[in-house]
Amino acid sequence: MTGPGSATDPADVTRPGGLAGGTAAEVDLALPAEEGGGRGREVVRRLRRSPSAVLGLVLVGLFVLVGVFAPLLAPYSPTFVDLTDIRPGDFPGPSREHLLGVDNLGRDVFSRILYGARYSLVIGVVSVLIGASAGTVLGLLAGAFGGWVDGVVMRLVDIMLAVPSLLAAIGIAALLGRSLTSVMIAIGVVNVPIFARLLRGAMLSQRESDYALAATSLGVKRWRVTLQHVFPNSLAPVIVQGTLALATAIIDAAGLAFLGLGAQDPRIPEWGRMLADAQLYLASEPLLALWPGLAIMISVLGFYLFGEALREALDPKLRR
Amino acid sequence: MLRFAVRRLLLLVPILLGLSVLVFLFVRALPGGPETALLGERATPERLAEVRETYGLNRPLPQQYLTYMGNVLQGDLGVSPTTRQPVRDEIARRFPATIELATTAVVFAVGVGIPLGFVAARRPGSWVDNASTVGSLLGISIPVFALGYLLKYVFAVKLGWLPSSGRESPTSFADHPTGFYVLDGLLTGNPSASWDALKHLVLPGIALGTIPLAFITRITRAAVLEVSNEDYVRTAEAKGLERSVVSRRHVLRNAMLPVTTVIGLQTGLLLSGAVLTESVFAFNGMGSFLASAVFDRDYAVLQGGVLFLAVVFVLVNLLVDLAYGVIDPRVRTR
Repeated sequence: MTGPGSATDPADVTRPGGLAGGTAAEVDLALPAEEGGGRGREVVRRLRRSPSAVLGLVLVGLFVLVGVFAPLLAPYSPTFVDLTDIRPGDFPGPSREHLLGVDNLGRDVFSRILYGARYSLVIGVVSVLIGASAGTVLGLLAGAFGGWVDGVVMRLVDIMLAVPSLLAAIGIAALLGRSLTSVMIAIGVVNVPIFARLLRGAMLSQRESDYALAATSLGVKRWRVTLQHVFPNSLAPVIVQGTLALATAIIDAAGLAFLGLGAQDPRIPEWGRMLADAQLYLASEPLLALWPGLAIMISVLGFYLFGEALREALDPKLRR
Repeated sequence: MLRFAVRRLLLLVPILLGLSVLVFLFVRALPGGPETALLGERATPERLAEVRETYGLNRPLPQQYLTYMGNVLQGDLGVSPTTRQPVRDEIARRFPATIELATTAVVFAVGVGIPLGFVAARRPGSWVDNASTVGSLLGISIPVFALGYLLKYVFAVKLGWLPSSGRESPTSFADHPTGFYVLDGLLTGNPSASWDALKHLVLPGIALGTIPLAFITRITRAAVLEVSNEDYVRTAEAKGLERSVVSRRHVLRNAMLPVTTVIGLQTGLLLSGAVLTESVFAFNGMGSFLASAVFDRDYAVLQGGVLFLAVVFVLVNLLVDLAYGVIDPRVRTR
């Protein structure tokens, strides 16, 4: 095993005192508290010192703020049509009235980009929540029970991973019908095996660690060791993957919208769809394609930067 | 080695079987069933019943599955209701295009990524290192279709250096005996056709190769850095070997292990995941084929195409595993 799944808990090494001499009850109470407090502070300290974490967090924060406050920030409604200067094949570019110009239907591009953040945010969060929760349940089942349950779950995961994710998402979204909901479900489903495998791997390696062994030998019941100690300590790679999955979810959602599988209502300002619509005017109005492309890129970059920094902060072995 | 290969092959059987069940159920799960997908939603009940009878859709599911698998194993993936052609023939016509495109992308990604990652790792903190880090981050953040547009706009529309879409110029009347256009030009003694096909591969190849390029650069950099800190490298340097010799013989060779895996995995993805790039460049491969099947609700093509590409993906991954076993004998014993 390589990768984040096999990472041993850094807190193991640094925890003062250790487990020696503690009773079962003390172990139960003391472990999660020390894990949570000390380790959390350490991670935050590391993140604050990492420039890419700070930049990533700023970009993500910007993206979330724009998404939440789009109605307050946007100068126009995303569906407001201004036909004053529109002529076939010629739409006014950036001006004082329209910061990024207007699209082929005379709608303010800047406002649509701002409102688009809302859609990307919701699609990203919902689809990752679907994937992470279902994947966590599967991974927990496999990691906790082992044996044939593990075998069945992991074969299922193997089968799901055998189909390339975008292709699987296209198939599922096509099957469910063209809508935002199907896009979110499709992206969520293709994320399930990734989370399941990650959590299972982390639980397997955590189960072998000293604190789990100590708790077991002190007479703590197996299910209790698994649920209260092994499981919470195995969540770090899942959290990291969640951040990175948000980045891919935004890109994949844009890709599906680009293929015509997203929201069907042309009034919805979805970045992928805006890019696809801009294709028709690429030769005369290239900027129309640039803005949604940049918006996708900036938000995705934010999640990548923060996710990678989080991974490094949680696992000092990766820092060089 | 043989035992390792056989074990890996046997592990594939349940995966492929499971996959076939999944794809089979996928089409049966359609609203109205495959018969509605085939005939459209306005089909008369009589016609629907007729189709159910012809295709055996009124038989029990397990029986249908066995018939379906029997056909698939004989290479029969059904007939596309849109083009009225056997899906197998359509795939045979389009897959060479996808292979050509994927090869171009891999050549670009490996050709640029390995030297870049190597130089970055040997001079950590230099401008090359920083530029490659920033570049790889941008490379994985930009949606492939947005990059496709950008390349198309700059190099095809503005500068006019390269063609913007398709696999060959509309005026070309070259013969295509194999379906690999670059190869066909050479085989039929028509080098200008080869050159034309090559030029059509450049922009989509770069667009498609950018994400693998980012991954290969990063993994090469990480692997070279790791190997550079190994004791045997220090020993080699301490005994007075020239830096270039150490780089080549000790560092690069050992750093290539993880890089090989990434190249293999990315190749598998490229062969199956070019839907977006092919759509942007109207490149007539498997990707655009599947994208149009989505639009036409052509489920015979979707079912056959997804199954075919998944099999390709699994097989490429198997080859990667085997190659890894050849390069690194330790893998075999695990």
